[in-house]
Amino acid sequence: MAFSLDTNCGLLNHNIIGPIYCTSTIFPPDILITQFWFNYRHVANTLSVYRSVKRLGIPDSHIVLMLADDMACNYRNPKPATVFSHKNMEFNVYGDDVEVDYRGYEVTVENFLTPRSKRLLSDDRSNILIYLTGQTGNSHGGNGFLKFQDSEEISNMELADAFEQMWQKRRYNELLFIIDTCQGASMYERFYSPNLMALASSQVGEDSLSHQPDLAIGVHLMDKYTFYLLEFLEEVHPASQANMNDLVSVCAHRVSVSPGHHTDLFQRNPGSVLITDFFGSVRKVEITKDTINLTSSVKSGSGDMQIESLTYVDQLPVAEIIHQKPKQKDWHPPDGFILGLWTLILLVFFQTYGIKHLKHIF
Amino acid sequence: MIQETHSDTIVASPVYTRYIYIKKKKRLVASHFCRLPLSVVELFKVGESFTAAARDQFQEELVIRPLHSGDIYASFQFRTLWDTDFLQERQKVSHYRLFPKSLGQVLSKFSVRELHISFTQGFWRTMQWGQPFIPSPPGAELWVWFHDTVSDVDGNWKELTNVLSGIFCASLNFIDLTNTVQPSASFKPLGLGNATDHRFLRYATLPREIVCTENLTPWKKLLPCGSKAGLSVLLKSEKLFHSSFHSQAVHIRPVCQDEQCTSKAWELRQTLNVVFDLYTSGQGKKEWSLFKMFSRTLTEACPLATSSKVYVDITDNPELFELSPATPLLSQAVVLGDRRTYSVFDLTRAEMFGQLRSLNLLLRWKGDSDMLRPLLHAERYVAGFGLQTGEIHTVIYNNHPYRAFPVLLMDSVPWYLQLYIHTLTVTSKSRDNKPSYIHYQPAKDRHRPHLLEMLIQLPPHSMTEVTVQFERALLKWTEYTPDPNHGFYVGSSVVSALVPSMVAMNTNFTQDQPLFSSFVPVKEESSYFVRVYTEPLLVNLPTPDFSMPYNVICLTCTVVAVGYGSFYNLLTRTFQVDEPSLPLAKRLANLIRRIRGVPLLA
Repeated sequence: MAFSLDTNCGLLNHNIIGPIYCTSTIFPPDILITQFWFNYRHVANTLSVYRSVKRLGIPDSHIVLMLADDMACNYRNPKPATVFSHKNMEFNVYGDDVEVDYRGYEVTVENFLTPRSKRLLSDDRSNILIYLTGQTGNSHGGNGFLKFQDSEEISNMELADAFEQMWQKRRYNELLFIIDTCQGASMYERFYSPNLMALASSQVGEDSLSHQPDLAIGVHLMDKYTFYLLEFLEEVHPASQANMNDLVSVCAHRVSVSPGHHTDLFQRNPGSVLITDFFGSVRKVEITKDTINLTSSVKSGSGDMQIESLTYVDQLPVAEIIHQKPKQKDWHPPDGFILGLWTLILLVFFQTYGIKHLKHIF
Repeated sequence: MIQETHSDTIVASPVYTRYIYIKKKKRLVASHFCRLPLSVVELFKVGESFTAAARDQFQEELVIRPLHSGDIYASFQFRTLWDTDFLQERQKVSHYRLFPKSLGQVLSKFSVRELHISFTQGFWRTMQWGQPFIPSPPGAELWVWFHDTVSDVDGNWKELTNVLSGIFCASLNFIDLTNTVQPSASFKPLGLGNATDHRFLRYATLPREIVCTENLTPWKKLLPCGSKAGLSVLLKSEKLFHSSFHSQAVHIRPVCQDEQCTSKAWELRQTLNVVFDLYTSGQGKKEWSLFKMFSRTLTEACPLATSSKVYVDITDNPELFELSPATPLLSQAVVLGDRRTYSVFDLTRAEMFGQLRSLNLLLRWKGDSDMLRPLLHAERYVAGFGLQTGEIHTVIYNNHPYRAFPVLLMDSVPWYLQLYIHTLTVTSKSRDNKPSYIHYQPAKDRHRPHLLEMLIQLPPHSMTEVTVQFERALLKWTEYTPDPNHGFYVGSSVVSALVPSMVAMNTNFTQDQPLFSSFVPVKEESSYFVRVYTEPLLVNLPTPDFSMPYNVICLTCTVVAVGYGSFYNLLTRTFQVDEPSLPLAKRLANLIRRIRGVPLLA
């Protein structure tokens, strides 16, 4: 007996029956790399992008989320299990079904560039979105690198080489790289692989600013660029026709710093690239009206029934434990009787063989 | 990550992945059983008869116990019992209904006989709250018994920790040989079995592991009803993590299928213990309700559950206790050596939910009564000063007035605290107490931690102190964590004991026993098994100044540049006399003199 699929679909979810949307598999890693409570805003940044991406249809299996420190369940957080992006605690971006792939000490340069486990199996038809937020070298000379956990760093050359490797191995079709840090534009200066588009929150020599503090939580909640990015993304829905030019201009005129973008390596015209190509995904569903016969489940009856009654193991078998090891006897110095016996034997020896041998002993 | 659901897998078709939506929605059909029209119900029933051969059942239970300090303790237990054999070589299990497929595949791939994993935030205060139903140490704890057909236990352990780290979104991949131990007498299997060769046991703990919503989400996804129906609707992370203690665990073991115990069945127990604080969650009043604790009320039982009950402990001061809605169902159970009375709310009966289709229990009590002192209690702390040496003290209290009983103390100390075992002393009542069994495995730097297991007889009404001195090692500079000044954690000690019980324990195994009393198998009537965890320790290691390489390079380069550079210049510089250039007038005069042939000016 088998279910016919359209019966299921028709009753449960009307969105499935309908036109088939064009898919591209999309893999966005979201990465946050700074620690400590005062970097709360970086977590809020990353989680807001994560939320938008999930809302627009990308499943958790296609998202790698790296958070270097735990803000939601940090003891300093006055409202545990929440991360807010708007002041007065309006908008909880942490939600109820977040899945963090790399957290705490696992967020390292090595795991970012060459993960040994929990990796995205992208292929040459995948569009990849990479969002990085954290702290770079400050304006006092030190651009071109991004700090990981205050102890490591990744340089813009390493990033460019990593993307080139991905291109050589045909691991992506198009890649969108967004970075929200000070001097973010320095990170994409060295890119040389094709089909890369990069957006940054600030130019070289400029600082990226944070947006609003919240007096109850005590720290700044979001960075300005990501705040406006989130506002923009909230208006995007899976069938939206908004394109990359809208995204690039999202923060241009409202704040004092000027975001940068790098579209030279991108082969298509940014005006023709839809936002949902990177941020959202619709999966292809084929409806069929054929019924499928399922074979009955294999009766995995254990042919030989164990006749003897099974028992639970004793949790603390004291006698068995004590006799597990042979008892080691302590060494005692010889007591009086043994000493006396040996003295007697020696005396008899010297009496028999003469006292002159005694000098050989002492 | 893709969650494999428990519904019928229509895997015959090659377009498997496309059916993910369909599968997910089918599960939702099951959970919204009551609300769908009749035609769909019949559809589902047809499906049921098809899977009539499924021999799995699911039970859920919530126990609410008011504590003497005014806090309230809620313990959820979800149990799936499945009569199958994962370890059979002949046919692979491929049809999963209530048992989650991700865990089933883990069990068969790694030949796991028993798996216990727990994630805890906070520390259980035994003296104020009594004994928990299922104890757990702060952080993450994982202990596994492998089947005796496994040849490479360490390899299986390593892969198992990586797979579990992906399933539970936790950093379990930090478990490696430097924090894994192989206890020789503790952690005997809690399930069925005869052979207990400790070569197949591995135990590891990560005291630093943080528990947050991202660990609760995959845990909830393992439940048959997810978080949509039954008791799991109460599991809202904003309330659960705003508590004094939160612990979620998964226990998988083989158990008796029925009372005769002739065949095995696999049991998956998911437990969640939470203690809500009187002041942070309760606003200072000893008045608790389901809505106040969880910000939700119960609306229905999980349709896939054969039993769904809520137990409220009303043993203490019954006159001063007020529970509404009142229920005539009472049940008595002997648990943790004490006979307790519970009010039972059976959620499978529709009249429980009343007119509004929602059940909100209200508990109110006045007055204080004396709490029974827990019979076994342990503490641990580090003594000493400076960053070179120190001393670990473990203190175990036996509060029984006249009975002595043995306890098994297991300590696993990381290799960078070098223990001096010759300074180990065990004293009870200021007299030396020689343990009857000691197993010590010394650490190997960067390979293995210390393991110390001792069987100590505790005299009645006494305090036993175990002390051992240690020296702190200096790590290589790449081995420090990014924040080394926070300190390094040492996992909790485990004290396992058979504590004499005041009431005869029930050794018979019955199917309708409440879940909270059937977790630990009871072998004899006069005592019950209990495990107590001590606090984890936070120890500072001597930390170098990580900016020193930069300072040294700067200084050396400057010295070399200034010193060598000047020396080189002195040796190799040649001096030439440079004639000063004459002013313009004198140059013109010199020119005229050259023409005239007269000696030039200076």
